[in-house]
Amino acid sequence: MIEVTGLVKTYGTKRAVDGISFKVNRGEILGFLGPNGAGKSTTMKMLTGFIRPDAGTATVGGIDVTVDPVAVKRQLGYLPESAPAYPEMTVEEFLGFIAEVRGARTAAEKRERVEHVLALTHLTSVRRQTIETLSKGYKQRVGFAQALIHNPPALILDEPTDGLDPNQKNEVRTLIKNMAAEKAVILSTHILEEVDAICTRVIIIARGRVVADETPAALRARQPGARLDEIFRTLTA
Amino acid sequence: MSQIRPLFKREFLGYFRSPVAYVFLVSFLVISVSLAFSRYGNFFKGGTASLESYFIFFPWLFMFIVPAVGMRLWSEEKRAGTIELLFTLPITTLEAVLGKFLAGWAFLTLAILLSFPMALTVGFLGQPDWGVMAATYLGAILMAGAYLGICALTSALTKNQVISFVLSLAACAVLVFLGLSSFTSTLESILPVSIADLVSNFSFVTHFDAFTKGIIDPKDVIFFLSLIGFTLFLNVVALER
Repeated sequence: MIEVTGLVKTYGTKRAVDGISFKVNRGEILGFLGPNGAGKSTTMKMLTGFIRPDAGTATVGGIDVTVDPVAVKRQLGYLPESAPAYPEMTVEEFLGFIAEVRGARTAAEKRERVEHVLALTHLTSVRRQTIETLSKGYKQRVGFAQALIHNPPALILDEPTDGLDPNQKNEVRTLIKNMAAEKAVILSTHILEEVDAICTRVIIIARGRVVADETPAALRARQPGARLDEIFRTLTA
Repeated sequence: MSQIRPLFKREFLGYFRSPVAYVFLVSFLVISVSLAFSRYGNFFKGGTASLESYFIFFPWLFMFIVPAVGMRLWSEEKRAGTIELLFTLPITTLEAVLGKFLAGWAFLTLAILLSFPMALTVGFLGQPDWGVMAATYLGAILMAGAYLGICALTSALTKNQVISFVLSLAACAVLVFLGLSSFTSTLESILPVSIADLVSNFSFVTHFDAFTKGIIDPKDVIFFLSLIGFTLFLNVVALER
């Protein structure tokens, strides 16, 4: 579903992403791990067509993002880091806007999609509140709802559980897990337990390069008996 | 292009979701009307049934007021990070630029049209030439679009709204000053008249004047429209770079 080959992005003299390649199929949840500044967000931004890669290709459903960005964006649900949304809009208005841009042309279709994601992400109680008045957890869920509104075949989530309390984290993970059967999901995270909890595969990147691409079990087997964060430290140091 | 509609709607209604719209509309009308009634405008003393004394200040007023509307168009999205959301939606840069620009233009048009009580006053007090008035309104709306094109462009260059405001103000000021008679006469003394003429042709004032006299000259319309087209083109380029 998602295929990334030799992506490169340089900012000034710093090579943020240095030839990253990987593949994600439907039904997979890929955990994208790495220290801060390793190039996780930059890779996601290139994959979603927000920034142009300096070299390499990223395809979603066989379509190259630099060739037909709009067609790729149509197939993607994307939750950017820190879930940006228009603060002066209410949750309902905001999701309605996204639904419209995402192809809901009639009022009924728009309402149906908004209701669906409101229920899915438990936002019904704050639907008429403006986004600026929401707590971080709710904002994050609005971002999540926005990414799901068109039921995309591929989901890219940049730190989806960031800022959530343990209960909310658990809820979001269950949600992702339940949807993953027919979707290709990439999620970036700092939280190693998350990898164990939901990911079917892990990619660890450091200094813009892939240093590990395997199942969580294989990652554990690298240093039997060691904690995941120890393995992470050895790989990224 | 069908994607322009939701973008337009969000942006246009966005003005009214915050106090921006109301503060703007009220200040614009208070300032523009008081200028007309001031001793510089002579709305009553002039003794003519026209809105010339009202619209004569528009090139000046727009210099400050349009950047206030335009500065947030892109800077705000960049600051809040929503630009990442916007440009990962299935839209092209051109659609985003047009949606935003048209929303801002529609808002400015609304502000201009809300001066209708002035027109009614003139109609009540005398027999104005309604054709001239309609042409003036058309000219003002076109001119507002040209100002807004510049402001949208400068807004796309920075995430800082203050920088965006100052840049637009400077750019608009240049385009106003080019047409002032004192400026053009200075220019004529150092440059050949034909070149001085050419330079002053780039001024808003020169092109707007004809409208206030009731002349809808295609070359003035084309001037404003091509300025809009050019700035929007640069806007797309600035965002895609």
